[in-house]
Amino acid sequence: MNNIIVYIETENGKISDVSLELLTKARSLSKELSCNLEALLIGGNVTKLKDELFLYGANKIHIADDPRLVNYLTLPYSAITISLIKSEKPQIALFGATSVGRDLAPRVSSALHSGLTADCTSLEIGEHTDTKSGKIYNNLLYQIRPAFGGNIIATIVNPDHRPQMATVREGVMKKEALDKPVKGEINILDVKSILNDTDFVVEIIERQIEDKKIDIKGSPVIVAGGFGVGSKENFQLVFDLAHVLGAEVGASRAAVDAGFADHARQIGQTGVTVRPKLFISVGISGQIQHTAGMDQSAMIISVNSDPNAPIHQIADYAIVGDLNEVLPKMIKSYKKNSK
Amino acid sequence: MTKTFKIVILAKQVPDTRNVGKNAMKEDGTVNRAALPAIFNPEDMNALEQALRLKDRYPGSEVLLLTMGPSRAAEIIREGLFRGADGGVLLTDRKFAGADTLATSYALSMAIRKMQPDIIIAGRQAIDGDTAQVGPQVAEKLNIPQVTYAEDIINFENEKLTIKRRLERGIEIVKTPVPVLITVHATAAPCRPRNAKQLMKYKHARTLTEEQDNEHNSYLPVYSLDYLRIPEWGVIDVGGDEINYGLSGSPTKVKKIENIVFQAKESKKLTSCDEDIEGLIKELISSHTIG
Repeated sequence: MNNIIVYIETENGKISDVSLELLTKARSLSKELSCNLEALLIGGNVTKLKDELFLYGANKIHIADDPRLVNYLTLPYSAITISLIKSEKPQIALFGATSVGRDLAPRVSSALHSGLTADCTSLEIGEHTDTKSGKIYNNLLYQIRPAFGGNIIATIVNPDHRPQMATVREGVMKKEALDKPVKGEINILDVKSILNDTDFVVEIIERQIEDKKIDIKGSPVIVAGGFGVGSKENFQLVFDLAHVLGAEVGASRAAVDAGFADHARQIGQTGVTVRPKLFISVGISGQIQHTAGMDQSAMIISVNSDPNAPIHQIADYAIVGDLNEVLPKMIKSYKKNSK
Repeated sequence: MTKTFKIVILAKQVPDTRNVGKNAMKEDGTVNRAALPAIFNPEDMNALEQALRLKDRYPGSEVLLLTMGPSRAAEIIREGLFRGADGGVLLTDRKFAGADTLATSYALSMAIRKMQPDIIIAGRQAIDGDTAQVGPQVAEKLNIPQVTYAEDIINFENEKLTIKRRLERGIEIVKTPVPVLITVHATAAPCRPRNAKQLMKYKHARTLTEEQDNEHNSYLPVYSLDYLRIPEWGVIDVGGDEINYGLSGSPTKVKKIENIVFQAKESKKLTSCDEDIEGLIKELISSHTIG
C-alpha cells in the first residue's frame, strides 16, 4: 500500500526504454517518499524479464503472464491493471506516454476515478495548499507538462484521489541501472480469475511492428530539417549533411506533416525529445512545440534565412542564410578539414 | 433491410495553437490567447471523414456531432453539417466549467447514452491539451471497447468492424464488435471539403442561444424548421450526478501555470559566406564536437 507502481511495457520480448526510464525516476521518488517501488509486468512469456526490473530498483514485481496477453489489448490489460491497483492501493502509478500507455492509462484512470496527467516532462514531490479550503497536502506528486501547444508549462496535482497517475514520454528521463539488483519479491497474478471472455472481444488480426530502426535519441549529432527546407528533394541535403557527419536526421512536426521525413524522426512535444552533443537545425522556425524537444542540446547551430526566426535566439551559432548554399558548403568544408 | 449505423463524432473547438505567430505573442513573450483563431480540432476532422465514409457505404446511416463548450462552439456543428453530417448537439452548461479530462468524459458519456449510437468516433487528441485521454475515458464510462490511433475503418463484416491502427512503429489491424469508440489518428484521410448543397441547407442552423442573441433580425422562422435547430443540452438534459461534472468531478487540479518566455542567450551570428562556414566547421572539428 501507498507505494509507487510503474507499468512495464514490452515489445518483442524486451522491456521498453521508457519503462526503465520511469523506474529510474520512480526509484528516486520512492526514496523521497520512503516507500517501495513496484513494477507491473503484463504479457506472454515475460516472467524472464524480472531480473532486469530488479536491476532497476523494483522491490516487488507483479506479473501477469498468459499466452493470450502476448500483444497489448486494451480490455484485458486494463482489467489486470485496475484489479492490481485496487488491491495494492499505490499512491502513484506511472506509464510510458506511448501508444500503449496512452491507450491504457486513461481507461484505468476512468475506472478508478483518479486523476491522470499526460505527457509529463518532469515529476517532483512537493506540498500543495488548496486555495479554497486552505487544506495543506504534503508529499503530492507534481506532474509538470507543457500545454497549450507547448506555450505554457503547467504543474498539475491530484490532491484527493489515488493513485496519482501520469504518463511520461520516452527519452525525457534518464535511464540508470543500479550496480547490484534489488533483492525483491515476485507476485504472480492469477490472470484467469481476473479476465473474462468478454475482455477478448477485440482481436488483433495482423501486426506489422518494426524494430526501432530510426534511433535519433541515441545519436550524439542530429541534423534536423523543418518546413522551411521547402521540398522532399531539398530535404535530401539534410540527409547528405547528416551522412557525412555520421549524424541522425530529425525533423519538425511541420516537415513530417508535409511528408519530408518519417514520423519516427519527429522532434518536439509530439515527437521525441533529444539532447545530442550537437544539433544542427535547418529551415526550422523554432516554435516552442519543437524547441521543447531539443533545447537541451549541448550545442545548437541554426540555419535559417529569416534573421528573426526564433530558433536563432536559442542557437549558439546562428547562420542567417539559404540552406541550399550553406549545407553544401558545410559538407565541402567538412570533407576538406576532417582527416 | 440494409445495415445502417448511427454514428456520433466527438469534436472540439480549440484555439489554433499550431499557429502561434508573432502577433499572438504578447510583449512579455507569453501567448495572447485572444489572438488565436478558434478552429475545428484537426484530428476530429479526420474522425468526421471516417464517419462520412461509413455513411457513403451504408446509405441511411446517420452522422451526428457532439461537442462540449461555450455557445460559440456551435460553429463546430455547423462546420460538420456543411461537410455532410446530419445533425449535432452542443453540450453546454456552466456546471461543466473547470472540467478536466475525466469530468469532460463523464459529461460526454452521459450525452452519448442519450443519443444511443452504434459507433463513436473522435480525434485521437485535441491540439490545446494533447492528452488523448477523453476517447478512452468515454469508452470506459460507456463500458464499451475502444480502438485508438485508427487510420482507416476498412469494413464491416459478420457484425464486426475491421480497423487499421497506426502505432509508433508500425500498424495493427483489429476486429471489433459494435458499439465501439474509435479515436482517429492524423495520418487518416483528410476531411472532404464543404458541400455547396449542405452549405445552403444548413447556413442558418443555430442554437436557441444564438437565435436569441441574433443581432441580424433574421427573417427566417428558424424554429419552424426542425433541421435548423442545434439542440443545447445541459446537466438537466443528460442527467447524472452533479458532483461528477465540472470542477468537482475533476481529480486533477492545476497548481501553477508558467508561460514560456523565449530567453535570449549569447549567440554568434554567422552568414553563409565561405569564411564563416569554414571557420565554424574547423572549430567543431577541433573541439571534437564532430569527428
